[in-house]
Amino acid sequence: MSSNVITVPVGQTQAKPWVDELHQWLTTVDHKRLGILYIVSALLFLAVGGVEALIIRIQLMHSHNNFVSPQIFNQMFTMHGTTMIFFVAMPVLFGFANYLVPLMIGARDMAFPRLNAFSFWLSFFGGLLLYFSFFGGSGLYGAGSAPDVGWWSYAPLGARAFSPGHSSDYWTLALLVSGFGSIGTAINIIATILCLRCPGMKINRMPLLVWMNLVMAGMVLLAITPLSAAQIMLLIDRYLGGHFFDTQAGGSAVLWMHFFWIFGHPEVYVLIIPCFAFMSEIIPVFSRKPIFGYPVMVAATVCIAFVSMSVWAHHMFTIGMNSYANSFFTLTTMAVGVPTGIKIFNWIGTMWGGRIQFKTPMLFSIGFLFQFLIAGLTGIMMAASPFDWQLSLSYFVVAHFHYVIVGGILFALFAAFYYWYPKMTGRMLSERLGKWHFWLFLIGFHMTFDVMHVPGILGMPRRIYTYEPGRGWDTLNLIISIGAFIQAIAILVFVASLIISYFKGARAGNDPWDAWTLEWSISSPPPAYNFATVPTVASRRPLWDLKHPEDPDSRYE
Amino acid sequence: MAGLIIAESAIFTIFVVAYLFYLGKSITGPTPAEVLETPIFYTICLLSSSLTIHLAAKSLERDYTRLFLGLWLLTIALGGLFLYGTAQEWHRLIYEHGLTISTNLFGTTYYSLVGLHAFHVTAGLIMLSVVAIFAFIGRMGVRQSDRVAVLSMYWHFVDAVWVVVFTVVYVLGR
Repeated sequence: MSSNVITVPVGQTQAKPWVDELHQWLTTVDHKRLGILYIVSALLFLAVGGVEALIIRIQLMHSHNNFVSPQIFNQMFTMHGTTMIFFVAMPVLFGFANYLVPLMIGARDMAFPRLNAFSFWLSFFGGLLLYFSFFGGSGLYGAGSAPDVGWWSYAPLGARAFSPGHSSDYWTLALLVSGFGSIGTAINIIATILCLRCPGMKINRMPLLVWMNLVMAGMVLLAITPLSAAQIMLLIDRYLGGHFFDTQAGGSAVLWMHFFWIFGHPEVYVLIIPCFAFMSEIIPVFSRKPIFGYPVMVAATVCIAFVSMSVWAHHMFTIGMNSYANSFFTLTTMAVGVPTGIKIFNWIGTMWGGRIQFKTPMLFSIGFLFQFLIAGLTGIMMAASPFDWQLSLSYFVVAHFHYVIVGGILFALFAAFYYWYPKMTGRMLSERLGKWHFWLFLIGFHMTFDVMHVPGILGMPRRIYTYEPGRGWDTLNLIISIGAFIQAIAILVFVASLIISYFKGARAGNDPWDAWTLEWSISSPPPAYNFATVPTVASRRPLWDLKHPEDPDSRYE
Repeated sequence: MAGLIIAESAIFTIFVVAYLFYLGKSITGPTPAEVLETPIFYTICLLSSSLTIHLAAKSLERDYTRLFLGLWLLTIALGGLFLYGTAQEWHRLIYEHGLTISTNLFGTTYYSLVGLHAFHVTAGLIMLSVVAIFAFIGRMGVRQSDRVAVLSMYWHFVDAVWVVVFTVVYVLGR
């Protein structure tokens, strides 16, 4: 497709001084650069959140350990959770959405480029604000203190009396600010997808990644906003003397839980649906078959979005709701497993009979399928409220949701990194380092999170900073911690691979995977204007049509 | 803008839920029935401003710029009047009845919900005023009518929210 690239006159391509380059990155409104900024900032926060996880694991390595104080331990798990959800997972997924959605629908940019830049800087500075609490948490005159009331900040812990100083305010404001950023991005994604599709890109021809990001953005609008509203209420309580969550004045601590989880549970699907999107693009390409059951995939996604809005109180079975509420949320939670199961069958159906190529993105995708399935199964276990009464707030829960977030979301993200890195940089990631990364991470992951289910069943509560010897938890915790360090080594391999490949990787060319969506029709990295001529699409796999004019997909749709 | 309205609706929903949830749960007075008076006149002002902004947007589409400016200023005046009404009500509640945001649960939820709405009216008035300034210096024409339509959508949303807030606070809540 070299005819599709505008030749730049000599003289304009010379290297610019680094100050200019930096200035361009800071002031950019280009969706590709903002996408990369999102991803890079998320990787930075991933490193920070990862170090916090390691500190937690060192502390729990054996009983009566004194590596950190209880106060620091509380700060570590609070910051780890908050960072990983709000400043790693959300931004990195928004980054990929920003980068890929316009390219996949043949658009020049997002619908509102400046809103896009504004949203990115909001979420980035939200993260900085959160971490500034380490210096300014008790006010600038004293030593800082990070928020230490858990990532859900249950009332009354978040109230002024129990969380003096400003640490909780940093938490509230950081989430409020980055929440507005998320809303901006979601509006942008929806407007882009609905208004900027290229000719022929009918809504039922959009790549599944675009479809699922559309659903994700819709969910962000309905899920993040309750959190923002609850944060505003918490601020009113803390600064204006309000009584929303003040039980002594008749307020309700349970209401905070409801508001938090009305955000909190859909949030899981906000994070996992873009990962489904990656899977739906990567698995077909490496199975050399079109996706199995496209309309069903779309329907299942929309179905998940609806059902997931009505499952939130399964996080609250132990607070004493009446039996009708318990039954309702048990049923809805089990129901959400149905469309998710449909998806897993569709991915397996796509692989079935295909010529599977075990490249690194595909390895991570297969890991995702297995681990996400297991995560779903433990989820179904805990959806049964009597079972949940037994295991709530134990390490079983921690193992379950890390299975979703690490085994599911992070594996899908790694697959996406290996798959789209060539498009973003023009260089391939090393397959050899990729295999090292995959196997090390897989072994570390299973060592940590498979084993973690067991102390949970044995009764080890979450969020304790140490424990008595002789309960049968010691060896298990040691294995968990060793696994965490193996994962950390795997991440180092990954980062090294990202950096080395950027300078020394093999040239990717336009289309290294022989893929079918529009982003692979232009050069890698894409030019600022994306498409020199607006593409026209006649089927769900436009590049297949282009490569196989004798047997185009459009004949069958 | 439709996306923003969905998001805003969710925020308002949460505040309305909180208001309804805490109705009658205050431990000390004053209660809504004792102190609230239904602001019929100011409600009519706000609701009719929806009509004027609609007519203004229509007249801009047909390029009647003078008529547009007149109707637009009328909208701002009606919105301002509504805001004045809220301010007066708050003044009365604070100075005559001693009800503030920290008095009891009613105060907390009432000022939050009505305040959130008043904040949106204020933001709307600022945007409307910017358009009015552009209209005064003759920069508003048919070409801007799409943008004005988006802004009027926001204003309709603010009015619609008031219908909900009015129902919840002044009708059901007393």
